[in-house]
Amino acid sequence: MAKMNMIQALNSALDVAMENDPNVLCFGEDAGYFGGVFRVTAGLQKKYGLDRCFDAPINEAAIAAMAVGMAAKGLRPVAEIQFADYIFPAIDQIVSEMSRIRYRSAGQFTQPIVVRSPWGGGIRGGQTHSMSPEAFFTHVPGIKVVIPSNPYDAKGLLLASIESDDPIIFFEPKRIYNGPFDGQADGALQSWANHPKGEVPEGHYTVDLNKAEVVREGSAVTVVTYGTLVHVALAAAEKSGIDAEVIDLKTLTPYDIETISDSVKKTGRCIVANEAPRTSSFSAELAAQIQEDCFWSLEAPIHRIAGWDTPYPHAHEWSYFPGQQRFINAMKSVTETV
Amino acid sequence: MATSQPRYRVPAPKFRPGDEPDFSDLKLQPAGEAKRPGIDCSWKDTVDHATGLVGALDHNHQAVGEWNPELDPDTLREGLRHMVLTRVYDERMQKLQRQGKMSFYMKSTGEEAVSVAAAMALRDSDMVFPSYRQQGILFARGRDIVDMMCHCISNSRDNLKGRQLPVHYTWAEGNFFSISGNLGTQFPQAVGWAMGARYKNEDQVTASWIGDGTTAEGDFHGALTLASTYRAPVIFNVVNNQWAISTFQGIAQGDAPSLAVKGLGYGLPSIRVDGNDFLAVYAATKWAADRARAGHGATLLELYTYRAAAHSTSDDPSGYRPKEEATKWPLGDPIERLKNHLIGLEEWDEQRHEAMEAELNDLVVKSYKEAESYGTLHDGPLSPVPSIFEDVTADTDWRLIRQRQDLGV
Ligand SMILES: Cc1ncc(C[n+]2csc(CCOP(=O)(O)OP(=O)(O)O)c2C)c(N)n1
Ligand SMILES: [Mg+2]
Repeated sequence: MAKMNMIQALNSALDVAMENDPNVLCFGEDAGYFGGVFRVTAGLQKKYGLDRCFDAPINEAAIAAMAVGMAAKGLRPVAEIQFADYIFPAIDQIVSEMSRIRYRSAGQFTQPIVVRSPWGGGIRGGQTHSMSPEAFFTHVPGIKVVIPSNPYDAKGLLLASIESDDPIIFFEPKRIYNGPFDGQADGALQSWANHPKGEVPEGHYTVDLNKAEVVREGSAVTVVTYGTLVHVALAAAEKSGIDAEVIDLKTLTPYDIETISDSVKKTGRCIVANEAPRTSSFSAELAAQIQEDCFWSLEAPIHRIAGWDTPYPHAHEWSYFPGQQRFINAMKSVTETV
Repeated sequence: MATSQPRYRVPAPKFRPGDEPDFSDLKLQPAGEAKRPGIDCSWKDTVDHATGLVGALDHNHQAVGEWNPELDPDTLREGLRHMVLTRVYDERMQKLQRQGKMSFYMKSTGEEAVSVAAAMALRDSDMVFPSYRQQGILFARGRDIVDMMCHCISNSRDNLKGRQLPVHYTWAEGNFFSISGNLGTQFPQAVGWAMGARYKNEDQVTASWIGDGTTAEGDFHGALTLASTYRAPVIFNVVNNQWAISTFQGIAQGDAPSLAVKGLGYGLPSIRVDGNDFLAVYAATKWAADRARAGHGATLLELYTYRAAAHSTSDDPSGYRPKEEATKWPLGDPIERLKNHLIGLEEWDEQRHEAMEAELNDLVVKSYKEAESYGTLHDGPLSPVPSIFEDVTADTDWRLIRQRQDLGV
């Protein structure tokens, strides 16, 4: 075991994958020599050579397409998109190609690809470095979306994703790269050093895709979320004294409906939360499915916490980001309903 | 109301329906004139080629010049046969579409050399990322015709389980990638595949095809950037058949003097080739493949040709171009030209040609009978309904299991 932050854990996952399988390679803008603007690929070019970790031209569509061609040829490319906000130029290659090649070729060609990308808000990044575009991809059959919330899961989920035979969009909550975040803008910076999930095995292990985790057991209300907001929800439960059960989804597609509905049937109340603008965000899918599966156990309407239906603001970031107080208010209101 | 003076230039084709097409001022370099640079050449050595025209069959159907691939008569006859088969197949499938046997069809009439000669110049082990108009590759590589038809009529033996529109073939066994309907996406993918082949220390070359209209897509430029940067063993074929549905090629080309010339800016040797000249297409492809295999990187070939048929069965060209354009096309017809070359060599004659046409026609008719016995889109049997839930991902998760139950299959 070693103490790692999320960047180190992701770097370690790539290192282990590249060590174990010569077909794994990684590339992206600034990902080669320099090791990425967030340093997730640091040291890999030096260790594994120019042709296994390299700089790509600033053309996200071409980066995705290169991965498509390589994967069809039998490699396991890990492509980095510098920020999730810049994944849109690649959307045709991801949505129309990568996600459907297994299906449209009836299994003759497969796409073992990971597209990694730093994601989400809370870093004063303004509208072009803060987006949470996961719902664009959860809407697409044939790709899976994975979002870890801590170093241990980040490494295990990235290794599982690289070993998966299907394309995976792997979003990395950059606000918690260096430490968990309790959702209070002016709070002290935290570190992963004292966090149990900051203990990361150095070698190979995987964390199950398609499995959510109950990260806090409780009886009053179920909070279903992922990424940075997992920590905000946990902090809100402690602060409010409301005995919330918090579920870290980890894999969004396919999401673990069993873990969710077991919990909601127990608590009878549910909050679903994401950073992205509310309308058509992933919480809408969760709310719809939970009411279908758990309607007769629900004692209050499902409550959604989300970003506003505006572009992500810069100066007023903390009025936009679903912080601790919004979780506390929601927990109160949902548990007060008779 | 349209103003009499447009406020910016919108390029227009020379001829519209009712006009008398006349291509006499289209200045095309005569066959035999272009030099053949060494395969280790740089883009600079192809500056003239990018606006010229590499040809090997002259007006008298003689093989001339440095780009004559000097093929033996058996190989030439084989090429002729594949091209005739492609045309016969296209004709038949078009008719069957009109009879409601399939939902859609796309012919490659007039462009058969582009795919057949290229496929013959490549090794069968080389990878191809075609567009929807290179069915000739499949004939040149010997794909079973019944299998091709089963795909087109989406029946129980369609190797794609009825998931793709007709002519969007996939044939992994024949190193033929899955054809996308999204124009141009295969170009940068081909570079990824080519890099993968290098990575695995294989000497496989990758070739891809797009149309003139598709050069306007970002993926064209992304592909050239990647291939130039990583010096990938790939051949970029731009099939300039003059039309992109109803849009003439000038809308994509703009003020560029050719489409090939666009490759020069990426530092890639770029050559315009007479796409209706079987020998020239063969020679240029072979040259580009040798270059790629030797580690000199990518080549851009513009295959200058003419789309003699409608864009697809959903298109009627009489609304946007004169009917006579195809017959007035100065580069003629690829089948006629190769046939006349072989006749000139005294290696072929009209009787043999007619007999071959009849034989291939019978083959296609007979193949269709068999294909139809496995079902048609209209009357079935199709692939089983539950198969729509297969191959989405390797595993089938709870969502698809529930949805299949909802559908009741
Ligand atoms: C991305 C995309 N845009 C538009 C279309 C619709 N479309 C299909 S074929 C075509 C014309 C393509 O022309 P060209 O590239 O010259 O190829 P050709 O059909 O002549 O072989 C268009 C616009 C499409 N299939 N994909
Ligand atoms: Mg065209």
